[in-house]
Amino acid sequence: MSEPTLRLRVDGLTVDVPAGSMVSAAVAMAGASKFRRSVTGQPRAALCGMGICFECRVTINGRAHCKSCQIPCEAGMEVNTDA
Amino acid sequence: MPANSQFDVIVIGAGPAGLAAAARAAESGARVAMVDDNPHPGGQIWRASRSPEPWLRSQVEVCSGARVFAAPAPGVLALERSHGELELKYRSLILATGARERFLPFPGWTLPNVAGAGGLQALAKSGLPVAGKKIVVAGSGPLLLAVAKYLRGHGADVRLIAEQADFGALFRFGLGLVAKPAKLIEAIGFRAALLGVRYLTACWPVAAHGTEKLESVTLQRNGKTWTEPCDYLACGFGLIPNVELPALFGCRMSETGVAVDENQQTSEPGIYCAGEVTGIGGLDLALVEGEIAGYAAAGKPQDARKLFAARESNRKFAEALESAFAPRVELRNLPQDDTLVCRCEDVAYGRIRQCSNWREAKLHTRCGMGPCQGRVCGGAVEFLLGWKAESVRPPVLPVRVGSLGKT
Repeated sequence: MSEPTLRLRVDGLTVDVPAGSMVSAAVAMAGASKFRRSVTGQPRAALCGMGICFECRVTINGRAHCKSCQIPCEAGMEVNTDA
Repeated sequence: MPANSQFDVIVIGAGPAGLAAAARAAESGARVAMVDDNPHPGGQIWRASRSPEPWLRSQVEVCSGARVFAAPAPGVLALERSHGELELKYRSLILATGARERFLPFPGWTLPNVAGAGGLQALAKSGLPVAGKKIVVAGSGPLLLAVAKYLRGHGADVRLIAEQADFGALFRFGLGLVAKPAKLIEAIGFRAALLGVRYLTACWPVAAHGTEKLESVTLQRNGKTWTEPCDYLACGFGLIPNVELPALFGCRMSETGVAVDENQQTSEPGIYCAGEVTGIGGLDLALVEGEIAGYAAAGKPQDARKLFAARESNRKFAEALESAFAPRVELRNLPQDDTLVCRCEDVAYGRIRQCSNWREAKLHTRCGMGPCQGRVCGGAVEFLLGWKAESVRPPVLPVRVGSLGKT
């Protein structure tokens, strides 16, 4: 039997992730190379994986600045990285 | 958990030290709450593991996904959760806030897919697929091996482990006389061989390359450099304690972390610290410090006393380990003037080193003024320039405006 999965959207792309995954994993699985743009426009992605560095911030269901490494995926989530 | 709940003991942090503290305090008859900012107890070392279970059998109210951001009055904590804020009251407080990785800046370290060593492991444990990915593990400390083993176990192609410490030199300077580190280093070499991964000592990354994301890393060893293509660089130079919350409470610091007495009590009466926050010491020391703090905070110092000898032997080992893996001075030459040190505000090293202290750097360059509040660049600047962060003010983390209004 396969693991239960959750379906959510990252930058408009549908992605299925194993239940229990954090949003950070969904962003990577959707093929996004960056999570956010820095104040000078550089691409950035998760660094610390434990909620310290704030590099993995994304917008979840319209709420900006969510630390994706500490938020579990939920079915139907709309996740957006910086353009 | 109802707002304004009153507890005998509140434990902040649900890693090994916090779990042990909460369990022993609850067994001693105290009403205990444990607060942690992750979705599940276990901390980093026990993330996505069943190891916390034996410590969760006692009567402890677990409050996960909550961050303490201020202490609005004595005996009161202000917490923020995803669905609102909360105040909790305590008689005794145990801070088991753990440690984070020490990041040292080098050209290219801000590229996507350059992560911490423990960082990449945490991301993989959170579901990041690493199977088939080429990964270089670098930095310092026994953690690098654990990370390489985990990643390999999940199908990653770990190209090599680059350990900056030079064990040969350490032995020549007499550290080899301390039995345990010598054994440990032997064990590390042996375990690396078993892993089938190249383990190079006196080796470190000097630059990461790529445009939109990492493509390769240049490593240095014995004066020679070469470039390894890779999908991820997992790089951390040991651990540093998370002292921001104890600093907010006014706890005095030691050379290694928060200063504590024999019962793990800080300079502030009724506030205890246990685990990595008192100095990097590893799992066994964190557990025994947590147990001592839990007993002491619950008014059972006689039970705490029985564990003093175990703590002492673990501390000696930890001290030897820390000196064996201390970052070498050459790593201070890694950042170039245009290398970013503060990743929140994009402040380059050249601007920071023109300042004469941390306060001046903050005021003139905004270094350490972004969302992470210096948690990443602070450790780097301390190593590079010897500046210590001077003060911590609430809120200790960015919070919603609505939460601030309540304090």
